Amino acid sequence: MELIQEALKGSERAIARLITMVENEMPSWRETMRTIYAHTGKAYLLGFTGPTGSGKSTLVDRVAHLLCTNGYSVGIVAIDPSSPFTGGALLGDRIRMREVVTHENVFIRSLGTRGGLGGLSQATSDVIKILDAAGKEFILIETIGIGQDEVEIAQIADTSIVVSVPGLGDDIQTIKAGIMEIGEIFVVNKADREGADHVVTMIKAMLDVHPLSDAWQQPVIKTVATENGGVDELYENIMLHRKYLLKSDLLAVKRKERIGREITRLLERRIAQYVHNQMKEIGSLEDLVEEVTRRETDPYSCVDRLLPLVEKK
Amino acid sequence: MAEKKIRAMVAKPGLDGHDRGAKIIARALRDAGMEVIYTGLRQTPEQIVNAALQEDIDVLLLSILSGAHNHLFTAIMKGLQEKDMAQVLVIGGGVIPQEDIPNLKQAGISETFGPGTSTETIIAYIKDNLPS
Ligand SMILES: Nc1nc2c(ncn2[C@@H]2O[C@H](COP(=O)(O)OP(=O)(O)OP(=O)(O)O)[C@@H](O)[C@H]2O)c(=O)[nH]1
Ligand SMILES: [Mg+2]
Repeated sequence: MELIQEALKGSERAIARLITMVENEMPSWRETMRTIYAHTGKAYLLGFTGPTGSGKSTLVDRVAHLLCTNGYSVGIVAIDPSSPFTGGALLGDRIRMREVVTHENVFIRSLGTRGGLGGLSQATSDVIKILDAAGKEFILIETIGIGQDEVEIAQIADTSIVVSVPGLGDDIQTIKAGIMEIGEIFVVNKADREGADHVVTMIKAMLDVHPLSDAWQQPVIKTVATENGGVDELYENIMLHRKYLLKSDLLAVKRKERIGREITRLLERRIAQYVHNQMKEIGSLEDLVEEVTRRETDPYSCVDRLLPLVEKK
Repeated sequence: MAEKKIRAMVAKPGLDGHDRGAKIIARALRDAGMEVIYTGLRQTPEQIVNAALQEDIDVLLLSILSGAHNHLFTAIMKGLQEKDMAQVLVIGGGVIPQEDIPNLKQAGISETFGPGTSTETIIAYIKDNLPS
């Protein structure tokens, strides 16, 4: 397909249109991704996750700016939540991406979570692949930290950066157990505010640090993104982690795990969609609901009855 | 197959530091089920065109404060054409002097809406005028 060839050569219009196609799962999206896939695996992926307003976009802007300055071509995928009721979304991350847009060779795409059937992770990883195939050397992914999404997105990245800020309370809802294991670099942004050192201490206490092991020691870095404070240190640590992964061969291990998860997820989605369609065709859900409401049967038995019908064909 | 979402971008070219109107319309479009990219204040025509291109938008809403900005809109329209984005539906909103409207339309702006236009009217216009 001509559009793919153009995107591979770096045409922004072609990249943008491919993304739209794949994000909407238009009829030929799978075919498109098959062709694209052969050209992927070269980009290095950075994930930024953290609570709303913690300064992720500002940090992404600053790190991307440094990458550009050092001669890398950069892609950015910025994800904001979609309303589960209307499906609409306000995608405002570009507001804070002011420095990076002055460089050429930067492609920014905003995505809504849209939701449903693991759609976010699939769309996100497909968009990343398109940017990768189009020759972006570093791809930065921004997501708000909500539940499952943040874990999935962290798994998508080669280096996961967890952003927190002072003033969110001592119990630190924002640094949940799961995220502590996922973070490879911790950032305490808005360090111009009171309490930053306290947050640093708390994160360090939660981390399992073994000073003598040669495993990666997760750094905790204070930043003031708006003033560019600490951003150089963050950048250096990103590069150090990348070097660590490359040298220890852990990057290859990580990426293999990712491929395994992706195959599983694609299969699960296909099955889920298949069940969804079959259910529509069988069309007796309402009758079953009535039966269950009258307590003539129960949801568990309904599944036993439906299974052979769904499996058929 | 998922339904194709309408992607809109709300932009405010020029240097005036006011974006209340732009934010209100952005929220209304979101509540109408669209994905709305908001770029914030003080964007150059080039940056607006570039964002429109990368975000592959269907609709561009330009917040207009005065006719003095005519040259900015002309630059944006020209940029869109050059980047093969002429199909984008471009709408202007704000206090637009009556005598400027013909010029704006000639530059390729589909419609203009004065202050006090209900967001429903704008949403209906978008839905009716998007190429299907
Ligand atoms: N004081 C202070 N403000 C900051 C700092 N970094 C970012 N901000 C401000 O915090 C606000 C939110 O910043 P964003 O970069 O949009 O945060 P975000 O995490 O991307 O927000 P969402 O995408 O909405 O979740 C903005 O007004 C920034 O200017 C900082 O280090 N110190
Ligand atoms: Mg953001």
